Amino acid sequence: MFKIIEKEFLSENVARFIIEAPYIAKSRKAGHFIILRIDENGERIPLTISDASIEKGTITLIAQRVGVSSHKLCAMNAGDYILDVVGPLGKATHISNVGTVLCAGGGVGVAPLFPIVQAMKLAGNRVITVIAARNKDLVILEDKMREYSDELIIMTDDGSIGKKGLVTQGMEEVILREKINEAIVIGPAVMMKFAALTTKKHNIPTLASLNTIMVDGTGMCGACRVSVGGKTEFVCIHGPEFNAHEVNFDEMLSRLNAYKEKESENYSEYLESLEAVSV
Amino acid sequence: MESELNEEYYKKERKAEWRDKLRKEIKSKDRTNIPKIHMIEEDPLVRNKSNIEVNKGLTLELAMQESHRCLDCVSPTCIIGCPVGTNIPKFIKYLESGDILGAAKVLKENNSLPAICGRVCPQEIQCEAQCFYVKKLSGEGAAIGHLERFVADYDRENSDGTIPHLEEPNGIKMAVIGSGPAGLTVAGELAKFGYDVTVFEALHDLGGVLKYGIPEFRLPKSIVDYEINNIKKMGVKFVTNFIVGKTATIDDLKNEGFNAFFIASGAGLPNFMNIPGENFSGIQSANEFLTRVNLMNAGNDKFDTPVHSGKNVVVVGGGNTAMDSVRTAKRMGAERAIIVYRRSLEEMPARAEEIKHAIEEGIEFINLTSPVEFFANERGIVQKMRVQKMGLGEPDASGRRRPIPIEGSEYDIDVDSVVIAVGVSPNPIIQQSMPELETTKWNTIKVDENMMTSIPGLFAGGDIVRGGATVILAMGDGRKAAQGMHSFIKNKILVEA
Repeated sequence: MFKIIEKEFLSENVARFIIEAPYIAKSRKAGHFIILRIDENGERIPLTISDASIEKGTITLIAQRVGVSSHKLCAMNAGDYILDVVGPLGKATHISNVGTVLCAGGGVGVAPLFPIVQAMKLAGNRVITVIAARNKDLVILEDKMREYSDELIIMTDDGSIGKKGLVTQGMEEVILREKINEAIVIGPAVMMKFAALTTKKHNIPTLASLNTIMVDGTGMCGACRVSVGGKTEFVCIHGPEFNAHEVNFDEMLSRLNAYKEKESENYSEYLESLEAVSV
Repeated sequence: MESELNEEYYKKERKAEWRDKLRKEIKSKDRTNIPKIHMIEEDPLVRNKSNIEVNKGLTLELAMQESHRCLDCVSPTCIIGCPVGTNIPKFIKYLESGDILGAAKVLKENNSLPAICGRVCPQEIQCEAQCFYVKKLSGEGAAIGHLERFVADYDRENSDGTIPHLEEPNGIKMAVIGSGPAGLTVAGELAKFGYDVTVFEALHDLGGVLKYGIPEFRLPKSIVDYEINNIKKMGVKFVTNFIVGKTATIDDLKNEGFNAFFIASGAGLPNFMNIPGENFSGIQSANEFLTRVNLMNAGNDKFDTPVHSGKNVVVVGGGNTAMDSVRTAKRMGAERAIIVYRRSLEEMPARAEEIKHAIEEGIEFINLTSPVEFFANERGIVQKMRVQKMGLGEPDASGRRRPIPIEGSEYDIDVDSVVIAVGVSPNPIIQQSMPELETTKWNTIKVDENMMTSIPGLFAGGDIVRGGATVILAMGDGRKAAQGMHSFIKNKILVEA
């Protein structure tokens, strides 16, 4: 059982949790993720570790409400217990001083991007961060990102904060302005696909952190497999970060939708059941 | 896989007065005339729609009848066939004498999981293949597996779960990595020696492949839990959600006072075929399919985990895992649940019993056929599978005839989902976290004759050493490793003293 120490909503559908998990807090590095299961009937869901405190023995997770399981998670509060949390999983990000690093995050992908921005900055890099959201209310971690970035650019679809436009436009602006040695992109698969195309055009080595469907998270099932450079790789043990220019994002998108019909059906039923209870 | 036969010991035991008397009650010739019993099975058309156990077990009468068949041979070759060296004639004769709980004690001397082995061991190629009836009379071997199950089940239902004799606790901490058959065996054996044992399990539930892999209809989870509970009663501690090599390293655990380690992390890395379209949705490894259904209860409305199954399900492969998958698909409501296997039924590695059960349950077999490509609908979900017919050539390294593709024989099969059951590779997590640990070119961990790895104090066994093998071979490794770990600690104490 893993106790939720703190919980707050960062935006309407995105919640941040601080969870007691001392072993994971001690072992985790930037890029690592965990798998959790809320209760006996729950799914195993992968979530990137957004932050951790060794002293307090806690990890920070950020989750977006998209289906039954994430809805149930976001309904939990400080003092509640999550039945299972296991990790840290995946390979840690390779952090070194390469010069100037461009970090781009879209939507809730900003959460897993934060520990990488932080580690890259602490390793002595010049860090330029571009974060994107549909509108002002959906922008998360702005202050934390600003703290560890030499420059923070915010892009919104409606221009309600920062600049109006897509994440790729913000990236392009930086790339045209100065020499970028490495880029890291995290967000929805579509966003990563286009962000990778942007950096490829300019021959900038780029990593993408993939968020695929998983069951065990230890290499056992292969649900998370993706094609990278024409080779099948398991995100859970070979990733989650891969050369963004070699990832087959179209295949990944299609695999992410593997259970879409079933999931949206379950979610509607679940939401209806909640309403029935509240009436 | 064969254990040594300590003939003197078995002969001495065989001369015990009660056994001598029992042997003389029925003449050997009369014993050989008793017909072999058969397992009572659930109706195939009932069982293929539910998860009830296929083999229902023996009645007391059937078990006694079969116990009479055992000749209590001077040289019990059956024991050679058992990877954990169970004293087979002794337990059968206890059963024949009516002391069933005594028979259970004999089983537990060498085997901490008899109710499991009685269900999933391939006895027909192990103990039963070495039986006097098979070797000398060209007949059918004693039904040792069925009797083992009977005795273990009787013990579970009629005793308070007595645990074996334990040495005085010595306070020495030992770590076991993985709670599958190898890990559970080591844990039980080390507890008997008096060690303070902790088992670390990566998943949220205990039992490893016994839980996520083998389906309920072949091995009920309640039986696995019962056996694990007995090991808990022996003082063994279990920690779930803990991945050694990730949550903490072996060095971290050494700092916490653990003195020796047993790595039993299993063959948890599924193989794929690397053919076009294999990453379409709806194509999953047997590990994924079985884990979703067995561990996560997918298909049960109360649980949130989904699974791809459907009306037409093809399972590629011919091993026990393929049979488990295809029979599971049938139970999930498939109208056509099909095995596609590249060799013929004769070469199929699955147990004869599993193949027989599958055929009875309405599983289709498309043998001498291999997939070449998959096709998907507009949403990327698999829809069709192109297969090619195969002929059989000369025997290959495995001794089985090599399949040879027949050009121009391709045709398509409609599918709603596909399960790939073409084997597994060793899980790489421990090896990734310890680059100094020596491995083979197949990424299995190298061990010596005592199951010790290249790092002193670090032992390994089961599928992480063997690649994909069986429950009982993993348990055999566990017994050997526990001995090795015990000697290692004794020597260490001597050196330090």
